[in-house]
Amino acid sequence: MFATYLARELGKRRKQTAIIAVGLALAVALVMIVSAISAGVRDAQAEALEAVYGVGTDLTVTQAATAPTEGGGPQMQFDFGGDAGTATDEGSREISTSRLEVARGTTAFDASAVDTAAGIDGVAAAAGSLTLQSTTFSGELPTFTERPADGSMPGMPGGGGFDIGGGADGAGGSSFGIESMTVTGIDLGADGIGPLTSTTVTDGRALEAADAGADVAVLDSDYATTASLAVGDTIELGGTTLQVVGIAQSTATSGAGADAYIPLGTAQTLADLDGQVTTVYVQAASAESIDAIATDLAEALPEATVNTQSELASTVSGSLSSASSLISNLGTWLSAIVLAAAFVIAILFTVSGVTRRTREFGTLKAIGWRNSRIVGQVAGESLVTGAIGVVAGVVIGIVGIVVVNAISPTIAVGGGAQQGLGGQGGFAGPGGRSAPGAMGEIAQAAAGVTLNAVVTPSVILIAVGFALLGAVLAGVFGGWRAACLRPAAALRTVE
Amino acid sequence: MYELKNVTKTYRKGGTTLTAIAGIDLTIPDGQMVAIQGPTGGGKSTLLQLLGALERPDSGAVGLRGEDLAKLPDGRLGRVRAETIGFVFQCFNLIPTLTARENVETALVPLGIGTAERRERASAALAQVGLAERADHHPSELSGGQQQRVAIARALVKEPSVLLADEPTGNLDEGTRDEVMDILEGLWRDRGLTLIIVTHDSAVAARAERRLTLSAGTVSG
Repeated sequence: MFATYLARELGKRRKQTAIIAVGLALAVALVMIVSAISAGVRDAQAEALEAVYGVGTDLTVTQAATAPTEGGGPQMQFDFGGDAGTATDEGSREISTSRLEVARGTTAFDASAVDTAAGIDGVAAAAGSLTLQSTTFSGELPTFTERPADGSMPGMPGGGGFDIGGGADGAGGSSFGIESMTVTGIDLGADGIGPLTSTTVTDGRALEAADAGADVAVLDSDYATTASLAVGDTIELGGTTLQVVGIAQSTATSGAGADAYIPLGTAQTLADLDGQVTTVYVQAASAESIDAIATDLAEALPEATVNTQSELASTVSGSLSSASSLISNLGTWLSAIVLAAAFVIAILFTVSGVTRRTREFGTLKAIGWRNSRIVGQVAGESLVTGAIGVVAGVVIGIVGIVVVNAISPTIAVGGGAQQGLGGQGGFAGPGGRSAPGAMGEIAQAAAGVTLNAVVTPSVILIAVGFALLGAVLAGVFGGWRAACLRPAAALRTVE
Repeated sequence: MYELKNVTKTYRKGGTTLTAIAGIDLTIPDGQMVAIQGPTGGGKSTLLQLLGALERPDSGAVGLRGEDLAKLPDGRLGRVRAETIGFVFQCFNLIPTLTARENVETALVPLGIGTAERRERASAALAQVGLAERADHHPSELSGGQQQRVAIARALVKEPSVLLADEPTGNLDEGTRDEVMDILEGLWRDRGLTLIIVTHDSAVAARAERRLTLSAGTVSG
């Protein structure tokens, strides 16, 4: 009789059942979608930070950029003598020269900072890296010939000055290109920390301890594709030819990372920066000790800039941070409000339905139905209504999450990172990717992170539990109101 | 047998106390058919609710088969209603979402009777009031007289010893009224019920063994 009565009531009062079910369904769906997006944003944020730091890194140590010394002149300068390069038959000179140096906005400092960091209490591991920018100038230039003043050179008029010949167009023109790439020297003695931890080798092999000082390189897969390079090919850095031994793909979707990874010693030698690094990566033994380590590092390395993941997270602003904040605040409140509204709707409609059925319950009490049976009947109807809403809500929620993942919105990361991290922004090199170094990597991460809504089963269970609990409470409350009526009073309200 | 001793029932309405029943003494032997008449507001329905354990008196005793209904706890009163007393209401009070048979079955639910037996007894009760073929119809698909016959079947399916009817023919035309009264009278005779009917209709009251008049909370006759 319970099931028959329940089914008949829900079937007869479809409109009320539908309204309550829809309210609860929307609440459940909203909670699911908001929590999934929120989890997705958290993952995206973690991914962005991972790309910047590398897996397992808790702190980084860098040094603020310094102004060039007086007379030092600008970097990226190429000087060619009149006999530079190789002469061609057309009277031009083919020139190819390469520079490897610390990029602007990044400062190399003594690698003893690695040992200093490793010696601080609570530090599990420390590794240095040297991030460089390689710039290659190559092309065809015209030939400059000084004309003798006495006209002694055959075929040339006298009177001094220069004759310009050859060149790309045969009339003294030039044709040249400048290529730039980022190169990171990796500390091969450090495992589980540093830039390479956020990459996966897709071809060839990774750098090994035995590669220390060797002229070998692992290329980023994107760079290798665009430069048509593969394992076994060679690249030229700072005038030295290195063999490509592996291709690595960044596990971060933001694309942060260097174009090439080489042994730290090799990088130091090629850039003439022996004993220098640009970043020290520090791993804490426990999360609780990170702040203390940061303080100790700042004291031990007074000229260095120490950043923790949490600081970086707070400075990686842009829409990712905004979205995270928006979702965790507005989303949570919105979910709570909708859930509360669904509860209120469920209770109001249940009570309203019970009020309309006063005569019915009065009659049932008159023929001997116990209060508990009436409460159970109403609560059962409410529970089934809630269950319908929950099932619909889970379906709507899953569809919503699928839609979000199908759209795959991209969230920008970065923006405020440069200022927040001591003004060391990433600067785009000529014709190449952004400048190297931790800050440059942040700038690269600013390219965007694809948001994937993540289904969290525990959140679904909680939402479902709350919805069902709300439905049962609404039913119990409504049923209790009905059962509390004296049968005579219930019957009198009808007569 | 009902034994009412000095039963009083009052209601408060808008700050005023209304006396519905004013110190009634009344005895109704088992198996008697009683008609209660009187003016509107005279206390007829209140008396019926006291007899049916739907209300408690302010004072006095309502004895039914040796038990004072005024003093029984709510749970026990519910049990008395479930086992001993059947009700027939003026407006039929059928549950609109249930079929005729399911409506009749509701009276057997408090007795803990199994589904199969419930269905069997409900069908038999409907057959007894001439509605066997309408068992699967909903109340809205039945006429007023048929609905009242379903209500009578619901009251009788549990085989009570007392049947209380509050204006059972009040919403029916004369022809249907007579059909319903024929059924009630027949059941009373066949089963030896105590049948107490509140009515304004003298034709209905005339069929009773005993006629009481309730006016201003006091009973006569």
